[in-house]
Amino acid sequence: MNSKRLKRIFTLFRITFYISAFTFGGGYVVIPMMRKYFVEDLELITERELMDIAAIAQSSPGAIAVNTAVLVGYRIAGIWGAIISAIGTILPPILILSMISIFYKAFRDNSIISAILKGMEAGVAATIVDLIIDMMQSIVKEKNWLFTLMAPVTFIASFFFNVNVLVLIISCALLAIAQTYIKHMMRGAQ
Amino acid sequence: MKMVITLFIRFFQIGLFSIGGGYAIIPLIQEQVVNNFGWLTLQEYTDIITISQMTPGPLVVNTASFVGIRIAGFFGAVAATVGSILSGFIISIFLYNFFKKHQNIESISNVLKALRSSSVGLIASAASTILLLAFFGDTTLNIQITHLNFAAVIVFMATLFLLRKYKLNPILIMVLSGIVGLFLY
Repeated sequence: MNSKRLKRIFTLFRITFYISAFTFGGGYVVIPMMRKYFVEDLELITERELMDIAAIAQSSPGAIAVNTAVLVGYRIAGIWGAIISAIGTILPPILILSMISIFYKAFRDNSIISAILKGMEAGVAATIVDLIIDMMQSIVKEKNWLFTLMAPVTFIASFFFNVNVLVLIISCALLAIAQTYIKHMMRGAQ
Repeated sequence: MKMVITLFIRFFQIGLFSIGGGYAIIPLIQEQVVNNFGWLTLQEYTDIITISQMTPGPLVVNTASFVGIRIAGFFGAVAATVGSILSGFIISIFLYNFFKKHQNIESISNVLKALRSSSVGLIASAASTILLLAFFGDTTLNIQITHLNFAAVIVFMATLFLLRKYKLNPILIMVLSGIVGLFLY
């Protein structure tokens, strides 16, 4: 392992640990945080790569926050990068929960902590909405009506009709294959 | 030692079936941890969900850490947590390599584009749940307009404006909105 790679791996650990310690309100806020550090500041991956990573992380089992960190680490420094990012991501919850498990009833009923968290909810929502706007713009730019339509339809099916996530992911994948196939047939017929 | 291995295996299974994340997996973990193994009482599990929302990290990881430490100490926490993320670790890297290797095949690169679109839809769905929680204090759709929390709406609008206009660091946003919460509630 050369020193450049070692340095990258150390950076990965530092940033994933830091991000994980601030992952409140579900795992999705990790994606805009990764974008801030790895895309905008360090320029180690592109915005498009991060979108692909988020899509794969979402389509795999387990927590999206962990999967996203693992894939970012993998992309930047291979399998060791993935392992270090995973450790960086799970260490803060393990340490914090280990401490809290001793006095968790007092923690649960602490009004100061719940006030801070209540305030964070609005901040988390805004951060994720900001990300969704950017992602949607980049999807619309591709000018493929099927993929453009897929995002709002998935949203409606998931949010209003509680359709199972796995069913949604598989349906979207099959529709993409069908569209490619039909396009090929039409090209062949011409 | 036997308990540590059992924790690892059970949380590997929980991780494997908790696709999609978010609130959908709450009953799934409950089924295993409360109903099947009796590792926690229902009250303790409800407390974990509350605590999990108060501490950083994904619900699966937090539950694994908490259950692990209660049953087999620190190493129990590590075993359960590593178990819970292992399937995602292996499968996401496998899928990543698969899409990378076959990116020149049109149908496969189109599947990735479709997953990208569906993931934006799913993230929007999760964001809407958080918005409901922030604005109305409820995650279900039968909301009452009288419960609307104006302060939360203003914090949301102001934060979104700052993010769009100045591209602020999301962690800074978290800290600021937390401080605002401290003074508001």
